[in-house]
Amino acid sequence: MAVIGVSGHSLRIDRIECGGHGVCAELLPELIELDEWGYPILRDTHVTAELLGHARRAVAACPVLAMRLDRVVRQKSGRT
Amino acid sequence: MTGIVQLAASGPSPLWYATRAGGTVALLLLTATVALGIAVGGRYEPRRGARFEIGALHRNLSVLTLVFLALHIVTAIADTFVNLGWLVAVVPFAASYRTFWLGLGTVAFDLMLAVAATSAVRLRLGQRRWKAVHWLGYAAWPVALFHAAGTGTDTRLSVQLALYAGCVAVVVAAVWWRLYRAGPGRLAARLWAGVAAAVVPVVLAMFLNWGPTQSGWAQRADGTGSASATSAASTFDNGRSVA
Amino acid sequence: MTSSPTTPASHVLEQPTGPYGTRLLQGWFTTGGAADLDEHLNRYGPPPLSRATGRGSVAPVIRAVEDAGLTGRGGAAFPTGRKLRTVAEGRGPAVVIANGMESEPASHKDETLLDLAPHLVLDGAALAAVAVGAEAVHLCLPRTRHHQIRALGEAVEHRRQRRLDPVPVHVHGLPHYYVSSEETSLVRWLNGGDARPSATPPRPFEKGVDRRPTLVDNVETLAHLALIARYGPAWFRGAGRPDAPGTTLVTLSGAVRTPGVYEVPMGLPLGEMLGTAGGSSQPLGAVLLGGFFGSWLPTDQVMSVPFTKNDLAALGAGPGAGVLVVLPRSACGLAETARVLAYLAANSARQCGPCRFGLPAVAEDFAALARGQADADLSHRLERRVGLLAGRGACRHPDGASRLAATALRAFADDVRHHLLSGPCAAAGGEPVLPVPDASVPQDHEWR
Repeated sequence: MAVIGVSGHSLRIDRIECGGHGVCAELLPELIELDEWGYPILRDTHVTAELLGHARRAVAACPVLAMRLDRVVRQKSGRT
Repeated sequence: MTGIVQLAASGPSPLWYATRAGGTVALLLLTATVALGIAVGGRYEPRRGARFEIGALHRNLSVLTLVFLALHIVTAIADTFVNLGWLVAVVPFAASYRTFWLGLGTVAFDLMLAVAATSAVRLRLGQRRWKAVHWLGYAAWPVALFHAAGTGTDTRLSVQLALYAGCVAVVVAAVWWRLYRAGPGRLAARLWAGVAAAVVPVVLAMFLNWGPTQSGWAQRADGTGSASATSAASTFDNGRSVA
Repeated sequence: MTSSPTTPASHVLEQPTGPYGTRLLQGWFTTGGAADLDEHLNRYGPPPLSRATGRGSVAPVIRAVEDAGLTGRGGAAFPTGRKLRTVAEGRGPAVVIANGMESEPASHKDETLLDLAPHLVLDGAALAAVAVGAEAVHLCLPRTRHHQIRALGEAVEHRRQRRLDPVPVHVHGLPHYYVSSEETSLVRWLNGGDARPSATPPRPFEKGVDRRPTLVDNVETLAHLALIARYGPAWFRGAGRPDAPGTTLVTLSGAVRTPGVYEVPMGLPLGEMLGTAGGSSQPLGAVLLGGFFGSWLPTDQVMSVPFTKNDLAALGAGPGAGVLVVLPRSACGLAETARVLAYLAANSARQCGPCRFGLPAVAEDFAALARGQADADLSHRLERRVGLLAGRGACRHPDGASRLAATALRAFADDVRHHLLSGPCAAAGGEPVLPVPDASVPQDHEWR
């Protein structure tokens, strides 16, 4: 399939800043769950358009601002 | 609150009562905001659920504090009985009326404004700078408390004194709770927090005993102000503080 | 020591390749001692700095390193030429860090190289500095190796007197914990902080020491660079394989007759590599490839596998820093792994969740398994916890520990069953094979 430029957002966690507060998992359970010590497990770094609003809210709500939402233009083949 | 209602019925200007009520409610809200911030700040064990709600409560309480502060300040300035310019709202110790004690209120307001403004742009500011400013919240609370005790027309009411005592108790309890959960490490910081939490109530009690609860505080309150305090202001004041 | 014969090609030196196909260790094989500056200059001449200046375009030495196909010898095997080019293209003056930290306890190759051929490393650092437009070189060594810090300080001083180095070279002694050799740890320490990893991006090549583009290369990589600058990419490719050219230093230990540091061509089958260390001294159980961050592999699977990144990747392993530890059949792989995991847990920077909680928990589970004191849930719990370590730290520490634990559970699957069902094996309490240092947790101030 043709390779097309797909713009989107990707989620990144600063693991040193992260204190395991767990707010992100409350606000974005679609992408984030917590391990047994309360630290986030990122299921997928790619944020779909439907989840973008939730992701933004999760980023803003992090008590230590350990999450970033980066704009990416990625080369993605037709099949996902 | 019955005392305030009675006072409202006998007082000369509704604005003045709005100022006092607004200030008192703002102090209660500020206390709730600060105590919540202290109690849930830090992170010591995995916590499930309600993290976001507590954060939202902290933020909403702080916004509500600012709303009542706005009422407190606007009504105080709008009330023509005491001549206060708009500058007094943001420039500390610029008032002719009870310069020092009112100035404390302005200082607390400025600190809260700084905390609120930086919180609004927290994402752009970055965590470190935001947090450095956010620490000012800890300073705003005792300053506001002393402003209330020193300027507050109602300080001599036992209901008002009970409210102050309640505010102090809540914040001290929050500090203790935080220290209890903190565990080892950062000994110096924990010691300072403990000492500060103990000093504020003691100093406040001594101050209340020495000043506002004694007769003649109205004149002394003006006297402790800076040179900009004018005698004209004190004459206004005499009529006020007997209430 | 054996190695495939290499083509002697030289325009500067009679024999750029020494006995047994050695290059970096040629001097030692010729003289039997460490090379001082005079001997180094007699053998190699001064570093060809003119080939490192690009005058506006890419320096010839960078193109030579790219053509040579040199990859980093510190563990990640990243193409060195690409890294050089990226730093050279960065904005403003750059910085070069020569990484001689070697925090891997089972590796001794950097220490050996710095002892025997310090001026090859310093030549490489000088050439790299000119090639990327750096104003300073920082040589980072473990604080605990006093003799080496002193020796390298003297070597730098001798070069200064002869005006060999175009930029100042600073020798530093850093805290020596497992994660201190990570490139962001070096940058953070040189910037006045702890020798603990930082979050990336930005990576050092973008923003490193004093926020400048910073080239961090392993000392062995720089020594190869010094030879490539002199003898060219074709000579370098005379050893090894087209997809994995050159020679590499390896540390062979465990159940081999003559453990030590050897220089072997890339792509040498692991069985032959063990042959260079005199072959096995006992019946073999498994090999640990890549050190404490490495993979346990059953011996019978690996003897014919060539030592290249691609061939090892097919087994879920990697060359790492060239560490190969052979475990005799008489030893308990689970007990060995438990000790290594305890060390890795203690030596983490304790900055991220997985290293503060996950790794210590995995180490405890593994210790219980090795002692034969596993509870009913241990097997599942361990599998889940090991699976959750990788990719969730600022650096690769949890990933490495996870790989070690996961490959141990696979390679010693029979032992795991035995330990779970009928308690520890007889070997579990025996003499340890792997050289695991003390697993005490560093205090906060000790990271400075």
